[in-house]
Amino acid sequence: MESEVIKFGKNLVAKDEFLSSGHRACQGCGSALLIRLALKALGKDTIVCVPAGCWSGVGSMYPETAWEVPWMQTLFENSSAVASGIESAFRILMEKGRIPEKHVNFLALAGDGATNDIGVAALSGVLERGHDIVYICMDNEAYMNTGIQRSSATPYGAATTTSPAGKVVPGQTTWKKDMPAIVAAHEIPYVATACPSYPFDLMNKVRKAAEAKGPGYVHVLSPCPTGWRFPPQLTVEIGRLAVETGFFPLYEVEDGRYKLNVDRPTLKPVLDYLKPQGRFRHLSEKQIDKIQARVNRKYAELKAKVTAQAA
Amino acid sequence: MSKRVPLEGSFAAAEAARMADVDVIAAYPITPQSHIIERLADFVANGELNAAYIPVESEHSAMSACWGASGAGARTFTATASQGFFLMHEVLYFVAGMRLPVVMTVANRAVGPPTNIWGDHSDAMSARDTGWIQIFAANNQEIFDFVLSCFRFCEDPRVLLPAMVHLDGFTLSHVVEPVILPEQEEVNRFLPKYQHPYVYDTDKPMSYGIVMSPDTYAEVKKAQDITLRESKEVILQAWKEFGDIFGRYYSPIEGYRSQGAKTLLMSTGALSETAKVAIDRKRDRGEDVGLLTLHLWRPFPFQELYEALKDAETLIVFDRSISLGGPGGPIISEVKSALFDRRRDIKFAGLVGALCGRNPSVEQFEEIIDRGREIAEKGSSEVLETIGIRG
Repeated sequence: MESEVIKFGKNLVAKDEFLSSGHRACQGCGSALLIRLALKALGKDTIVCVPAGCWSGVGSMYPETAWEVPWMQTLFENSSAVASGIESAFRILMEKGRIPEKHVNFLALAGDGATNDIGVAALSGVLERGHDIVYICMDNEAYMNTGIQRSSATPYGAATTTSPAGKVVPGQTTWKKDMPAIVAAHEIPYVATACPSYPFDLMNKVRKAAEAKGPGYVHVLSPCPTGWRFPPQLTVEIGRLAVETGFFPLYEVEDGRYKLNVDRPTLKPVLDYLKPQGRFRHLSEKQIDKIQARVNRKYAELKAKVTAQAA
Repeated sequence: MSKRVPLEGSFAAAEAARMADVDVIAAYPITPQSHIIERLADFVANGELNAAYIPVESEHSAMSACWGASGAGARTFTATASQGFFLMHEVLYFVAGMRLPVVMTVANRAVGPPTNIWGDHSDAMSARDTGWIQIFAANNQEIFDFVLSCFRFCEDPRVLLPAMVHLDGFTLSHVVEPVILPEQEEVNRFLPKYQHPYVYDTDKPMSYGIVMSPDTYAEVKKAQDITLRESKEVILQAWKEFGDIFGRYYSPIEGYRSQGAKTLLMSTGALSETAKVAIDRKRDRGEDVGLLTLHLWRPFPFQELYEALKDAETLIVFDRSISLGGPGGPIISEVKSALFDRRRDIKFAGLVGALCGRNPSVEQFEEIIDRGREIAEKGSSEVLETIGIRG
């Protein structure tokens, strides 16, 4: 796997583009960046299944399409199941000699609502059955396409249209569902978190997910200026702050072994991450402390997993 | 040489899928389950069928995996029933709209509540407008023959639509009947290899299921409707060729002692076999009655209906499902509507019964005909007439 990893340097990244310009994503869209990078890592021989979400309308509207690889719109909850059908078909048709042998990546590319909520059963099924697909969760922490409604990936305290910051209830009242941990519990060959603010890390992880024999899952934090309420030029910076504060650590679980990919000696305070975002503007000091405590605990737990295996 | 063997209805469906050399099977053991998928799993496990068998975690994923597999160019099969069929409902529209020739058997069951496992056609009727070709089998031979022939016309480049073969839960799915199985060589002659013209191909990238605005959506839906209607001709051609090879000829509406009969009973599925005995008894007593068995439900066989009713004065339609709050059973509603412009002279009676496995006996079918004739003559104060139901 190591040999295939992309080294840092502009000449070492494919110039090919599989998501053409002119799509309708908002300015500063984190997922536009992550799709562009992920497809560079996967290359031309990739078939993409995308459920209902921003990318239904953003990437295609008849008679136009921004996708330069075979792409299909799936239902909200079934991109993983459709991809599993495609993968099974290619496998058996190659075995029967009906189509030529070649490596094809089967990519399900879904939002956090499609992954954590409505599609969680289908995804679990695909992981358990061991289909050789890549699943990328584009986590922008709410149902952005339908108008910023909360999902189980929305972080505690964030204001959305269905978890509004009211006088009595201050935004989302529940903690973000730890989807990478749920996926890792399936003991698949490769699980990782990533963020387009760390483009080479992201591309390497997508490639590792593709090279794994069996399902590979990459959970990508996808900053959303529209839904998170920050100026679009800050997308990359917000992503960096999420990692640097420990709010969204970058790690991978390779054949069960945990590895932290960005591990700063000291974490920045979560306030640095929360402050530039309008969705957190209503938070009280007490709530921020609560979030800080949670981040500290979760980060320590993650580090413990890494250290335990190193020992 | 073909051979005559005792086969459960479920096994007949599985045999047809095996002889069609399906590439991918994705299925879920929804309750109530039939033996179709278990049998296919056996075939795969024993090397009698080289297929990818995907034991999915839900019916929704079953149909979703079929979508991916069929679109990738694999001959694809699944089976379901009742509540599970409902769970895949959303996906049914996409498989039809994406023009994917998936073939599925539905072991028809009543739907809850009350919770039950017995047969009627309530599940089937829920899928009326999904865009699938829909065929009702009346016996186990027809299950085999219809499943096999579905692959032929669904995969025809003029059609490229999915089909469901309805078979009555328990009455057919769990009952053993003699079935004539053909030679593999005959099947190969009838069924060419599946080749979808627009498979997912990384050398020819295309976008599928793309978003459409109001200025094009309706045209696509109209084109889909025209394709489904016109598929009837391809179905008829395939059944003609099927008959020429296998010696059994099928038609969208099958008549039994119906030629010239003034009173006709229309039924669907396995109960038509019971109704035939009732017709024989009545004929023996000199009554002028015949039976029409509706096989092809979608596309609706308008022309065949007009022809079948050429000499008829009275039509009694027996529905195995109830349209709650609506104009009786779904089949009588459609038949009436199809005939409104052509045959105002026909006297109708619609009766709903045989719900949840309360299958009428021969005597009860005789009552259905008698009561139907009475309603047709004298009219009824009820919008929904039932038979054999208390209250």
